[in-house]
Amino acid sequence: MEGMREKILTFIEKNSRIDLKELAIVLGVDEVTVANELEQMEAENIICGYHTLIDWDKTGIEKVTALIEVRVTPQRGMGFDKVAERIYNYPEVNSVYLISGSFDFMVTIEGKTLREVSQFVSDKLSPLESVLSTKTNFILKKYKDHGTVMAEQKKDERELMTP
Amino acid sequence: MRNPLSETIVGIEPSGIRKFFDIVSEMKDAISLGVGEPDFDTPWHIRDEGIYSLEKGRTFYTSNAGLKELKVEISKYLYRKYNLEYDYNHEIVVTVGGSEAIDIAMRAMLDPGDEVLIPQPSYVSYLPCTVLANGKPVIIELKAEDEFRLTKEEVEAAITPKTKILVLPFPNNPTGAVMRKKDLEAIAEVVEKHDLFVISDEIYSELTYGDESHTSFASLPGMKDRTITINGFSKSHAMTGWRLGYACGPRLILDQMLKIHQFAIMCAPTTSQYAAVDALKNGDEDVAMMREQYDGRRRYVLHRFEEMGLPCFEPLGAFYTFPCIKEFGMTSDEFANALLKDQKVAVVPGTAFGACGEGFLRISYAYSLESLKTALDRIENFVIKLRKQDK
Ligand SMILES: Cc1ncc(COP(=O)(O)O)c(C=O)c1O
Repeated sequence: MEGMREKILTFIEKNSRIDLKELAIVLGVDEVTVANELEQMEAENIICGYHTLIDWDKTGIEKVTALIEVRVTPQRGMGFDKVAERIYNYPEVNSVYLISGSFDFMVTIEGKTLREVSQFVSDKLSPLESVLSTKTNFILKKYKDHGTVMAEQKKDERELMTP
Repeated sequence: MRNPLSETIVGIEPSGIRKFFDIVSEMKDAISLGVGEPDFDTPWHIRDEGIYSLEKGRTFYTSNAGLKELKVEISKYLYRKYNLEYDYNHEIVVTVGGSEAIDIAMRAMLDPGDEVLIPQPSYVSYLPCTVLANGKPVIIELKAEDEFRLTKEEVEAAITPKTKILVLPFPNNPTGAVMRKKDLEAIAEVVEKHDLFVISDEIYSELTYGDESHTSFASLPGMKDRTITINGFSKSHAMTGWRLGYACGPRLILDQMLKIHQFAIMCAPTTSQYAAVDALKNGDEDVAMMREQYDGRRRYVLHRFEEMGLPCFEPLGAFYTFPCIKEFGMTSDEFANALLKDQKVAVVPGTAFGACGEGFLRISYAYSLESLKTALDRIENFVIKLRKQDK
């Protein structure tokens, strides 16, 4: 069943809106099998959510995202996980990754304005006891996200009929 | 002024697809299931190699038969995949698509009056290429009840003392039919018995979906010396626009094919050849990914046909389905035209691939699942409408 799981995941990672029946047909298994696998993978938290990829830039709605490099000292009795938890519990925080290299966490934060994000960093993130330093990088333009090129919609440029 | 034209050329019918294409392109916002090429872009690493070769200034002719490096990779690939052993030095020529390979194979082997057995429905170029090489096409009509496979009996029935070449167009465009190993073994017996040569067009060899993987005709005992194997990059690696394919076969024939190639073409596009080296070295995963996607779409399309009650045998190759529309009492042409007018969906009438394609349509699944869904919804509407009218 591992193979089937991988097939389901690979498919829905790109298209979570497909209905169950169609997914079953495409994968060549019966609907019940797919439904059970999905349910189980949701229960096991392998599938953690179904999201929508939005290019906010095109909406005229203000949104800024920053990638923040955070260096921390893990506190006694408190590994990286604990520190991460302190950080990810803020709803403003979009993602937190533990990183190898010259800093410890990569944190993404979303806000309405640069000011709002900066304020979050200076008021909330930096003052945390274990945070040594932060470096804020604002995203100016998203070209590609989740494997999808945001800028252009791909057109079918083939001739309409070919042998 | 004298007539500037050759009778032979004027006598060749223009492609049926072309005719229909002109109608389709007039129709604004028609959606098409009519293409014969992949919807995928060429994998980026392959394109990147092409670009890199241009940056390095590799803009010269290659040797006539193709880059040595590419021929070596082709040789290794054919061995790895199909257990074929071709000497890169004398038994492989890199061509401008499988198309050129078909043409020069015919021209190298045919004398006026020699007969070529062409199973149909099949790709549009075998017949004109035969005629251009002064051969005489002899059509074998494949049957839906055989799942459009070629049988030994059909070949035997068509053989005359003038028969020289048998074309093996599998996996098949437009039907999606494949030949199993045992089917090919039966054909090999006839080929041996009647001293025939075979042009085996295996351009879709990477795209088969059943339990049995593709068998290359030349890998059967005794057949290598009698077979020109044709393959290429268009379908397997989504590289149609690069115009690159190849022919492999015994040196006796290949030397003469190379002569035609040398004078008519010089060499296949250099950039494409460099890109193709990478396709063979690093492209297996891409091919597998595309195959899996086609397979899913194939199942989806077949399921939809089943739901709407359109009979269609299960095609196990290429990216085509070939449903039967005989119940509606229209010709394929009439059906395709009516479907286009009524629902703005373009499909190819089966007759574009030979008279025996009458009563069938070629519906390609080289489209995204969403596009297929939209188009099939419309076909379903049309079918329901027709059935209501009939009552
Ligand atoms: C069966 C078959 N053979 C050969 C070709 C020629 O392909 P290419 O010249 O791009 O290699 C095609 C293209 O549609 C085909 O369907």
